[in-house]
Amino acid sequence: MLTTVLIFLPVAAALAIWILPLSRFAAGSFALLVSLVEVGLWVDLLIRFDFASSQLQFAQQTSWISSLGVSYSVGFYAFSIWLAGLSVVVLAAAVAYAFWVGRERARAYFGLMLFLTGAVIGVFTSQDLLLFYACFEAMLIPLYVLVGVWGGPGRRAATIKLVIYTMVGSLLMLAALIVYGLDEGTFDLNAMGPSSNTWIFLGFMAAFAIKAPLFPFHGWLPDAYRKAPPEVAAVLSGVVSKTAVYGLLRIVIAKFPGPVGDFRVPILVLATVGLLYGSLLAFRAPDLRGIIAYSSLAQMGLITLGLFAANDLGFDGAILQSVNHGLVSAALFLLAAMVERRTQTGELDRLGGMARGRPLLATVLITTGVLALAVPLSSNFAGEFLVLAGVFQQGWAWGALGAVAMVLAAMYALRLISAVLHRDPGSAVSDAALDLRPAELGVVVPLVACLLALSAWPAAISGHAFGGNQAATPTVTKQAKSSFQNEARAAGPRWAARCVVLSRPNSDAIGAPCVLTSHSPNAPQQRVVISK
Amino acid sequence: MIHGPHVDWFALAPSLAPLAAAAVALLGSVLVPRSWRSPFGAAVAAAGFVASFVFAALLFAQSPHGEPVVAGAMARDRFGAMAALIVAAAGLLVIGVSYGERLRDHPGEYYALLAAAGGGMIFLGFAYNLITLFLGLEWFSIALYVLCAIDGERERSLEAGLKYLVVGSFGSAILLFGSALVYGATGRLGFAEIAAATSAQHLTGDALLVGGLAMLLVGFGFKTSAAPFHMWTPDVYEGAPTPVTAFMSAATKTAAVAVMLRVLLTAFPAEKQLWTITVAVLVCASLAVGNFGALAQTGLKRLLAYSSVSHAGFLLIGVAAGNRLGTEAVLYYLIPYGAMSIGAFAVVAARERELGTDVTLDNLAGFGWERPLLGAAMGTFMLGFAGFPLTGGFMGKFLVFSAADEAGWWWLTVVGVAATALSLYYYLGVIRAMYMRPAEELQLAPAGGSPPRELLLQTVAGTCVAITVASFVFVQPLLDLAQKAAESLPY
Repeated sequence: MLTTVLIFLPVAAALAIWILPLSRFAAGSFALLVSLVEVGLWVDLLIRFDFASSQLQFAQQTSWISSLGVSYSVGFYAFSIWLAGLSVVVLAAAVAYAFWVGRERARAYFGLMLFLTGAVIGVFTSQDLLLFYACFEAMLIPLYVLVGVWGGPGRRAATIKLVIYTMVGSLLMLAALIVYGLDEGTFDLNAMGPSSNTWIFLGFMAAFAIKAPLFPFHGWLPDAYRKAPPEVAAVLSGVVSKTAVYGLLRIVIAKFPGPVGDFRVPILVLATVGLLYGSLLAFRAPDLRGIIAYSSLAQMGLITLGLFAANDLGFDGAILQSVNHGLVSAALFLLAAMVERRTQTGELDRLGGMARGRPLLATVLITTGVLALAVPLSSNFAGEFLVLAGVFQQGWAWGALGAVAMVLAAMYALRLISAVLHRDPGSAVSDAALDLRPAELGVVVPLVACLLALSAWPAAISGHAFGGNQAATPTVTKQAKSSFQNEARAAGPRWAARCVVLSRPNSDAIGAPCVLTSHSPNAPQQRVVISK
Repeated sequence: MIHGPHVDWFALAPSLAPLAAAAVALLGSVLVPRSWRSPFGAAVAAAGFVASFVFAALLFAQSPHGEPVVAGAMARDRFGAMAALIVAAAGLLVIGVSYGERLRDHPGEYYALLAAAGGGMIFLGFAYNLITLFLGLEWFSIALYVLCAIDGERERSLEAGLKYLVVGSFGSAILLFGSALVYGATGRLGFAEIAAATSAQHLTGDALLVGGLAMLLVGFGFKTSAAPFHMWTPDVYEGAPTPVTAFMSAATKTAAVAVMLRVLLTAFPAEKQLWTITVAVLVCASLAVGNFGALAQTGLKRLLAYSSVSHAGFLLIGVAAGNRLGTEAVLYYLIPYGAMSIGAFAVVAARERELGTDVTLDNLAGFGWERPLLGAAMGTFMLGFAGFPLTGGFMGKFLVFSAADEAGWWWLTVVGVAATALSLYYYLGVIRAMYMRPAEELQLAPAGGSPPRELLLQTVAGTCVAITVASFVFVQPLLDLAQKAAESLPY
């Protein structure tokens, strides 16, 4: 029930804002209040969440299209709770910033932001493939309007590019999910068995590769991140891109073990290329938002590396790094917005020397920048380390290339800091430009504080992303596994029990992590390790 | 003395009610004082459609087992009743759109023709032999020819009427010729008897029968405005008075697709191999022509006309699947599709009356902000046409694609998906025109003063939004209805 409230509270609030004749101030403060209530609900959820269990929690299921096996089914796994938390925090910051800036046409704007919140939470909680698709697409409606109406010059081309790119991917996913769902006879993600169909796999992969984006599907990214209103860009890069991570993990990796194994190397290559290429572009970008946009491309490559490393280190690292990158890029986009408000430009050539007389801006920007470059002891360092350690097990070269990218990250992050804060004051920087105002601090400091808290205890996420503590992961013997599989074959294709080895498809290696899906549609997957 | 067959008046009631209303409305245009003619005509026609809706609902409830009635000329079954429900609801909504239209000195005739056309479409849905098929088709087509040309002072309206008359008659003639060939091959008129005769006389693949089937398909292609028989659609949709266009896009399509399903499934089960692939070709052509055509349009009515061609393609995917899920999917899809098209044309009508000129993408600028309710409604319809979730348009596409996949035609799903991707550009273009361009870019000043407040039209737009969204949330109840209706046909 709490999950449903978390999804529909902002949607209901959006409808209220659209319908009621509220003033700009009333609409903004109401939206902010609802966003903060969302954060509160999420904290409540977090406190009550049982991380020792790997079951689906706070689950709710109601039949929707019974003749096709589609249901309204929502709930939280451990990793989805962290992504949902990232969403509510970043969206609350974005709403707060928009409220402070005083966006035109406030009722439409805040309604759309709240609608987006509901859709994003829907993506992170849906346990039904069609519901997932509906939420995944529903996100695009507010984004299209938010970028197209409130964006900067050139916004119309940017928004149409954003929507058409992502919709093409999504529609391929729609075709794939129809074939997959009808084959399985159900759309319930917890009841669908794995598939070995490469085409279906590619359909899903296309949607998430574009959404993330993964090199070379990032054509929409630079325009969208530059022309969107900054707080929407923060949501796009911080939150919306993470829906692709969720999709890759929950659907692609969990349901297509065979094709994932076949395509592992090409995907790792693309991820690595994206990581290096994005980092280089970020280093060369002429403007603030360009740096953040391309660094997002790079970071999504890194997260993909972690996901397709296909071991616990990689998965834990990918989730941790998703949260880190979400918070960092949101904070950076908001800081960039604050700089742009003071200078009317994001061009690095015309910026500089802003540290003098603006200690708060300097402190916050340097802190965020240093976290972004993954300095040791930061949570980003922990995340990147886990990812690289994970992908190292696939081959040392991946790890080595990833390490090179970490150096590049340091280069572009330092370039950003020095271009804004240091050097001689740029032509666009006037002495009249104020330091950060308390309200601006109120927006951005919580994000940085979350990052610092995670730096102190990264295992809060990396150790609690997949339920059940690692030491207590149950084991199955090779023999048990094969008998389990035989039993599954006897039980027929649907509701079948299957053992999906995560590290290598159908590997019987001792110690290989493995997911068991049992007969009952209600019993979720169980993570085990193969023993003797 | 010749004994007439037993007439099941109850089965005829849904189509007779609007026809009676048409007669009363015509009388009213003579007897009622001039200033009262328009409200009188509208009220009578609305009453006719409401009565038809109620009769159709009763018929649906009381005919769980389909049976031929009136000497086998009509089928009394849930399939026809469901089509009647959709057409009657569409007629009612269109009256709300029509009420604000400047009908000059013949409002009574307008509403009478509208009701008569609705009655014909409903009758067509129950048609069970080749004669009633042609009768129903001509009944509503002739009413529509006049309706298209009713705005006699506008040259374009006359042109639309004439064009529709010429091309429509051509389509009807081909259909009639096809019927004659089928009759010649089988010696039977009734749909079920044609199927029985085909299998009894081993006529499968018979040249006369196949030729007749092909001509029937051409006739249906004209009425559903499926490519390559769509040439009339853009011109007629653009030239006809907007409420008439709304009625044609929603109700004509419903009646034509319904009768197509019935004829193909009931009369030609033996030729299924042939007609499924033919319809699939029509699907591909419609999707290509509709979507590529719409990309180039600046006039909103033409754009929606091409969108209607492309939607004929999407609906026919369900026909091409030729299975039970396909029929259900089509019957379901017609509900949100009808609501979206009537709603979209209602918004066009509102803007037209505001500006006093044709609505183009350019002069939509700022519309969304000026008229928030209509703008949001139009946005919803466009998202629905494009198949975004939270609208029934998404569910409709999902269901027809599922039907195609179930029939083993996954490539048709892929074609549909590609067409949907293409359609995004122009559907979102409408939203872009309404919201993302400031009104200062407007080339044309509004006709002066604040726009007229049309409560009725806004209610219709709101109702259409409600249907569009509700059909997404409550799929299963609607699908249950469609399931029951689909059981009337053999597979």
